[in-house]
Amino acid sequence: MTLYSVRTCASALALGATLLASQALAKSDITIAMQLEPPHLDPTSAAAQAIDSVVYTNIFEGLTRFMGDGSVVPGLAEGWEISDDGTVYTFTLRDGVTFHDGSTMDAEDVKFSLDRATAEDSANAQKALFAGIESVEVVDPLTVKITLSEPNGNFLFNLAWGDAVIVAPESIDDIKTNPVGTGAYTFGDWVQGDSITLNRNPNYWGEQPALETATFKFISDPTAAFSAMMAEDVDVFDNFPAPENLPQFEADPRFQVLVGSTEGETILSTNNKQAPFDDIRVRQALAHAIDRQAIIDGAMFGYGTPIGTHFAPHNPAYVDLTENSAYDPEKAKAMLAEAGFADGFETTLHLPPPSYARRGGEIIAAQLAEVGIKAEIINVEWAQWLESVFKGKEFGLTIVSHTEPMDIGIYARPEYYFQYDSTDFQALMDTLNSTTDPDERTRLMGEAQRLIADDYVNGYLFQLAKLGVAKAGVQGLWENAPTAAIDLSAISWSE
Amino acid sequence: MSRNLILGSALSSLVVLAALVSFVWTPYDHAALNIPDKLQPPNAQHWFGTDHFGRDMFSMIMVGARTSIAVALVAVGIGMALGVPLGLTAAARKGSWLDEVIMRGNDLVFAFPSLVIAILITAVFGAGAINAIIAIGIFNIPVFARITRGAALSLWEREFILAARVAGKGAARISAEHILPNVANLLIVQGTIQFSLGILAEAGLSYVGLGAQSPTPSWGRMLADAQTMVSFAPHLALIPGLAIIVTVLGLNLLGDGLRDWLDPRIRVARA
Repeated sequence: MTLYSVRTCASALALGATLLASQALAKSDITIAMQLEPPHLDPTSAAAQAIDSVVYTNIFEGLTRFMGDGSVVPGLAEGWEISDDGTVYTFTLRDGVTFHDGSTMDAEDVKFSLDRATAEDSANAQKALFAGIESVEVVDPLTVKITLSEPNGNFLFNLAWGDAVIVAPESIDDIKTNPVGTGAYTFGDWVQGDSITLNRNPNYWGEQPALETATFKFISDPTAAFSAMMAEDVDVFDNFPAPENLPQFEADPRFQVLVGSTEGETILSTNNKQAPFDDIRVRQALAHAIDRQAIIDGAMFGYGTPIGTHFAPHNPAYVDLTENSAYDPEKAKAMLAEAGFADGFETTLHLPPPSYARRGGEIIAAQLAEVGIKAEIINVEWAQWLESVFKGKEFGLTIVSHTEPMDIGIYARPEYYFQYDSTDFQALMDTLNSTTDPDERTRLMGEAQRLIADDYVNGYLFQLAKLGVAKAGVQGLWENAPTAAIDLSAISWSE
Repeated sequence: MSRNLILGSALSSLVVLAALVSFVWTPYDHAALNIPDKLQPPNAQHWFGTDHFGRDMFSMIMVGARTSIAVALVAVGIGMALGVPLGLTAAARKGSWLDEVIMRGNDLVFAFPSLVIAILITAVFGAGAINAIIAIGIFNIPVFARITRGAALSLWEREFILAARVAGKGAARISAEHILPNVANLLIVQGTIQFSLGILAEAGLSYVGLGAQSPTPSWGRMLADAQTMVSFAPHLALIPGLAIIVTVLGLNLLGDGLRDWLDPRIRVARA
């Protein structure tokens, strides 16, 4: 009997000790929800943001990388030298970096990655990033020399994109389903339609991150997102799809809400080649018919910053041009009459699934109706949108958020889906790309912003806010989204 | 007149009245956005409150009734216009290959889950009220064809039909002059039931985004829009939900009442 009670006491003590120990140790796993599931896991061959959210800096790293504040810092390159004429970049790679399969990351891999991106048949979604690369030379295993055809002040920034990460020739064939990179996390498991799991990489070259495993869970329905968060099934929602629910999270001490900025210029994209939008007066009328604040309040419940051009307001080179297209329905009507559409006209408004587009579209359709433009709303899924609007260019108007950083360059591509073809703008972009002086670049970027605002290429609505929701104990989340990324190594639990 | 009939017709006429009045008058423009006034609970200015764009819910419900009724009515019309002649023909040519083709065709349509096919049709041909009407209408055809054939078959055995045949009337004329008037009661009752099912189907299709498109108000879409806001603005979901319940309940009670009143068998039993 005595023996028995002593034993129970001992085991109770042991149990208590275990409990204490586990409480003292911070949680080492996390579940992060995102709205969209990536189509595959190769960031170098698709534009899907969801791929970068999972793999950027976690699995794959580039020569340089973005930090949460948008700055560009060394990644796999320890440092670099730029020749005086700005055309030759000599990168020194970090020593002792290995891919998850154990092979060494060296200059050959860098050459392979960049050659693959610049190749004629490259599937890279952002080929423009690499357009100026003339040659990539392996000097020694830890030194790479990249020669540009002309100076490019953006080159280090370009290399930080998820599309420019370093991949290995040995594992390239299976990259879409089994990505092998150099990052702090290795690919674990992918349950299609549900989640992706990443595990900490014990052989990581840098500091070991706090979290051992991370699960990315895909929840596309806003109602399900709200329930999952409220039931604490997920720890973080990267970008919460229903802004109307944020006040409830803010009022709840269990959660924290992180409202930041993204690189997403949300615009009323206009088919510049389709009549009547080929007439600048019609596009200007469109711009004056739109009340941005009503859209931000009605569709985003107040989250978002009005923009007057295709540029992020938090960028130092941003010029506030909202007055250029101020809400003025009378002026819009007058401009339409001048263009020969006194009785208005009919067009289509294609709306992809996010609430900024669906709800914003309803508001815009009502605002356009005020000036006589009848916009027929067509709700489409993303796949349909990519097929008919983005590739097929069969649309009048559409609403979409352009989330790539510093993407004003898309206006220099006449074949891009909104089909703006201006030789002035294309020349301006060429000048900008070959300018390295920061002040001059700022001036040129301002000029570019003014040019597209004065040409009323698209209706400029607002800068999309990043609406993160997380449990109160989660630290280190990026408040802003300078690129699509969930930087796991920065995240930890507070106790 | 039964209690069902009175309550049913009262509720149904309330909805029909709201739809009719909406053509000439609504308290506010149902499509006018007024964002600063959004998400108001029911109050003196807005009897049913306002939605997330500040639109007046009462006006939207009134105009939404129009959408629901129009879709359901035309869908029932399609079902009757095609189903009844098919049923009459099948009954007149009982046992022939034509009867077989018609009835097996009906079985085929019946075999598909209706809402799933409706989703398929609207997904292929595009979302919109017209396609929703067609999708719902197609599934009404076999319902009416079967009920007509069944009732007509028993009538064909009756003496007065034999008399008509002896008088030299052809099958088509007998069907139109003698059979149809005698199955009309059944068709009216079934029409009421199908009408309420049509309203539910329209709400369902709109809820998944395949019915009437914005800015045409629809109860189903109002429900869908309300989803994420139920926790802080419950009236957004409750009001269109109640509108659907009232309409469907009213129509079902009306159908029940009408059957009691019109069905000859029950009438005989009562007498």
